[in-house]
Amino acid sequence: MTKKEIVDQYFLEHRAKLLDIAAFLDRIDRSGETDADFRIKALMRCIKELESEKEGRTERILGILSDQTTEPIDHAGMKGACGVVPPTS
Amino acid sequence: MAYIDPHIHMVSRTTDDYQRMAQAGCVAITEPAFWAGFDRSSAQGFFDYFRQLTDTEPERAANYGIKHHCWLCINPKEAEDVGFAREVISIIPDFIDCKNVLGIGEIGLNKNSKNELIILEEQLALAERLNQLVLVHTPHLEDKLKGTILIMDAIENSSLDPSRVLIDHVEEHTVHAVLDRGFWAGMTLYPDSKCTPQRAADIIEMHGTERLWINSAGDWGPSDPLAVPKCCLELASRGHSKSLINTISYDNPLSFLSQSGKFSVE
Ligand SMILES: [Zn+2]
Repeated sequence: MTKKEIVDQYFLEHRAKLLDIAAFLDRIDRSGETDADFRIKALMRCIKELESEKEGRTERILGILSDQTTEPIDHAGMKGACGVVPPTS
Repeated sequence: MAYIDPHIHMVSRTTDDYQRMAQAGCVAITEPAFWAGFDRSSAQGFFDYFRQLTDTEPERAANYGIKHHCWLCINPKEAEDVGFAREVISIIPDFIDCKNVLGIGEIGLNKNSKNELIILEEQLALAERLNQLVLVHTPHLEDKLKGTILIMDAIENSSLDPSRVLIDHVEEHTVHAVLDRGFWAGMTLYPDSKCTPQRAADIIEMHGTERLWINSAGDWGPSDPLAVPKCCLELASRGHSKSLINTISYDNPLSFLSQSGKFSVE
């Protein structure tokens, strides 16, 4: 596809997704709670990555959101994942 | 257009889903053994689940002209209790010769724990001993990158041939390594996690179609049993050929699964 074809086909959809992120952050602000959430902090780092002019943004963002350690953990504990590496307490 | 959904959990889906999938062109599916959303209280629970996968589901699917196949294992989410997992593993040989069983799966890791890894290695050894294909589940979200590498290292420490192992749920940060190390790779099409149809189409454009398939992994959570034809539509909307779409949604799963000697679409 040409650049114009790609933009024609996908622009409105991604414009809407961008507005969803903005509305999500506004919603959090309206909660009035100012303490930092590690997930939102990671999200903001990822948003900075979008400004990069180098291809490979998706992979680099997945890297920001990934556990970069290499050794198995002692016990599984919970079953789920939260999408961002939780801070070690 | 006829397609194969090589990873879908029909025990969690309704008969209406079978009908809609058949209407969309689905001719065959494979159903890996997985976590049911709760921990089973005994190995007997898995005995009954394996009966459901080998007896009940093939019949439900056949009513809609869909060939049903399955994979057996203890899934990584219930593998933390090593003693319990070993009890379940001991049942698998009783079912392995059933005519719709294609191999061991979906084994892998969930939280990348030491016990999960022990049980993964024991199930890889079982696959070696019984000469079975392997379908691998890679962890979710932040745990995927690390888990995928641990899993590939474990497989390479066995004598399993990577061309008989499919590593599923790859994304942009894992697909390259999986294909480079000679494995097959699966892209799971999920609304909130894993790949969207658009990102799967991007990955196909970047990596080609060799040793790659797409699946819905439809289950009891947010998922879409029609995700495979939706991805085909996405590829068509970008001007990709019928032959490329057929390769990713039919020929590739057929090639990998036929290595079992038991897969058929008729
Ligand atoms: Zn699955």
